Amino acid sequence: MTAATGYNFAYLDDQTKRMIRRAILKAVAVPGYQVPFGSREMPLPYGWGTGGIQVTASVIGPDDRLKVIDQGADDTTNAVSIRRFFARTAGVATTDRTEEATIIQTRHRIPETPLAEGQILVYQVPIPEPLRWLEPRETETRRMHALADYGAMHVKLYEDVARFGRIATTYDYPVMVNGRYLMRPSPIPKFDNPKMHMNPALQLFGAGREKRIYAVPPFTEVRSLDFEDHPFAVQSWDQSCALCGSTESFLDEVVTDDKGGRMYVCSDTDYCGRRRDRKEAAE
Amino acid sequence: MTPLLKVTGLTRMYGSRLGCRDVTFDLWPGEVMGIVGESGSGKTTLLNCLSARLEPTAGRVEYDTREAGMQDIYAMGEARRRMLTRTDWGIVHQNPRDGLRLAVSAGANVGERLMAVGARHYGAIRSQALQWLDMVEIDADRIDDLPLTFSGGMLQRLQIARNLVTHPRLVFMDEPTGGLDVSVQARLLDLLRRLVTDLGLAAIVVTHDLAVARLLAHRLMVMRRGEVVETGLTDQVLDDPHHPYTQLLVSSVLTP
Amino acid sequence: MTAMIRVENLTKTYVLHTQGGVEIPVFAGVSLTAAAGQCLGLHGPSGSGKSTLLRCLYGNCKPDAGAIRVRHDGTEVDVASADPREVLAVRASTMGYVSQFLRAIPRVPALDVVAEPLRALGVPLEIARERAATLLERLRIPERLWRLAPATFSGGEQQRVNIARGFAAHTPVLLLDEPTASLDARNRAVVVELITEAKAGGAALVGVFHDDEVRAAVCDRVHTMRDRE
Repeated sequence: MTAATGYNFAYLDDQTKRMIRRAILKAVAVPGYQVPFGSREMPLPYGWGTGGIQVTASVIGPDDRLKVIDQGADDTTNAVSIRRFFARTAGVATTDRTEEATIIQTRHRIPETPLAEGQILVYQVPIPEPLRWLEPRETETRRMHALADYGAMHVKLYEDVARFGRIATTYDYPVMVNGRYLMRPSPIPKFDNPKMHMNPALQLFGAGREKRIYAVPPFTEVRSLDFEDHPFAVQSWDQSCALCGSTESFLDEVVTDDKGGRMYVCSDTDYCGRRRDRKEAAE
Repeated sequence: MTPLLKVTGLTRMYGSRLGCRDVTFDLWPGEVMGIVGESGSGKTTLLNCLSARLEPTAGRVEYDTREAGMQDIYAMGEARRRMLTRTDWGIVHQNPRDGLRLAVSAGANVGERLMAVGARHYGAIRSQALQWLDMVEIDADRIDDLPLTFSGGMLQRLQIARNLVTHPRLVFMDEPTGGLDVSVQARLLDLLRRLVTDLGLAAIVVTHDLAVARLLAHRLMVMRRGEVVETGLTDQVLDDPHHPYTQLLVSSVLTP
Repeated sequence: MTAMIRVENLTKTYVLHTQGGVEIPVFAGVSLTAAAGQCLGLHGPSGSGKSTLLRCLYGNCKPDAGAIRVRHDGTEVDVASADPREVLAVRASTMGYVSQFLRAIPRVPALDVVAEPLRALGVPLEIARERAATLLERLRIPERLWRLAPATFSGGEQQRVNIARGFAAHTPVLLLDEPTASLDARNRAVVVELITEAKAGGAALVGVFHDDEVRAAVCDRVHTMRDRE
């Protein structure tokens, strides 16, 4: 596919890309630190991944192969639109295959297939500030980050345990990056949190409306907050995937009729499809 | 023995307007000092300067830190100053809503300072919170309730528990009984008096209520127009005031 | 004979700034000594400054000139010029005071009001309460009142709680401001007993007694205050 004429490569002008790359470099140099950047108006509304798109546009080259997922799926509206956007403006190849992609832009999931060195995972982030729920002032949260003043963050976990008997936060679960900065991993399920730890791929986070970029460089320590007597644990299911039979992936509950019928299927469509292909081939 | 807090020539200007001028005193461990004076006399400005919340225009505030002895609190780094204010100090605001997190439970309010200094065991945090709620006479079954459901007196007691949980050595209080009913005030004063004595706390209490000062403070500082006009033993200042302003203040109190 | 208090050239004048700066001289050049094991009576007509002098000794009133040297912890502390915390230390372990009126603290029961000076000295709660109970019993405060705050007590009952509080800690110096003022004969006798015991225990007492009989019974010496000119 060739790029549409009349646009810059990957839509953004070079000045903007340089500015964003500088922000990304700084973010990589200080893992977990939120770098402010001059977020641009994009041809889609805030909340649809404008931050992630600007990051992707700044790091993508003609030889890259792009995969875009939304809640794990390659075929939902948001994923399809963004993939088509880059295919048109940058003329890059696209793929559904996790291991084939050089750049994966994601909304709210990390692929089940382990990532490899050289890959870049770009997260779309709605609210980057992990301390926002307890401190509305930006000046104050910045100071709290500067001083690593994070004790209050456990208050939220305390409230969970006091109310539900366990830590009930299941997504957007706060993490400490490289033992220094508290980071919001975007609304991925906490099921995915352990995948961030020591991941060989570069993880970039873009928040368009909030104008922040942050990063987890390859092989960086990422720890989920917890209590000694209520340690961090991921979700598990009694069911296995109704389509591929996986017992290890993150499952979505799908309501199939109005009589209480439901099924559990992998949220990662690529992973699920590949497993089914392999099963068929084996039979 | 060295003083806990050493204040020298403390002055705070708001532009050309005077907040407080040339305040000098030492506070010793376990000593409770009252600052009295009418509204606008500079009491709160002084308290804010002393409690590391308002940088003075001139003068020094030094504190005998546990790890490094006497330190100028405005010369130390902000990280250390923060740590100091949330471990070795307590600040009780007049309006408990300023000192509490209203959106989280009473237990979390009390436990926050523990978590801030590294407590990571839920069970231990909770049992300490329960112990402190008991100390300030709040029923254990209210531990998971939001402060929004508490009465004014309970809120103030919760704020006190929240401050004392890290066993501070110095507590700053700004009109701790202001805005409370008289009967609630009496209960709170009794509680404060007991805690201060039992825990050997040093405290600086700003109040315009001379009865509160008499009950809580060992010594008094009388302020007027930003300056200290009289100091001394609490009962001596109140029973035998020397400065014209103190005499006026004492003679103006209505006795029921 | 150990001098527990040595007063030298004490002068006190009240200046009433709120009333046009009127000066009221109370006394001038007062010198006296109170010895251990004795009771010194302050005598003089009403308005001669007996109570003010007692209050000066306690640090409650600030004299204009002179010194009040109190033997405390093996040294002498000049109450007239000492820091508040030194005066408080003297009060805690050396000098007790029975005033004419009890300043009741809301919510604190009578038993604890009496036990408080002992608690301040580090005496365990139970022992302090026991000693307080003995004193309240001797002073005929009905046991049902011990658990109540004295704010609601009658004048005589409050006065007796006050006396019990003053005698509880067995301080080496005790100041008494008309301790028998509103008491009946039986309670007066108890107070005389308490004073006699304190003297036998080696305490130095300084007191104002309006009652000639009591004064004669307890005072070893009398310091006469002149009426002010």
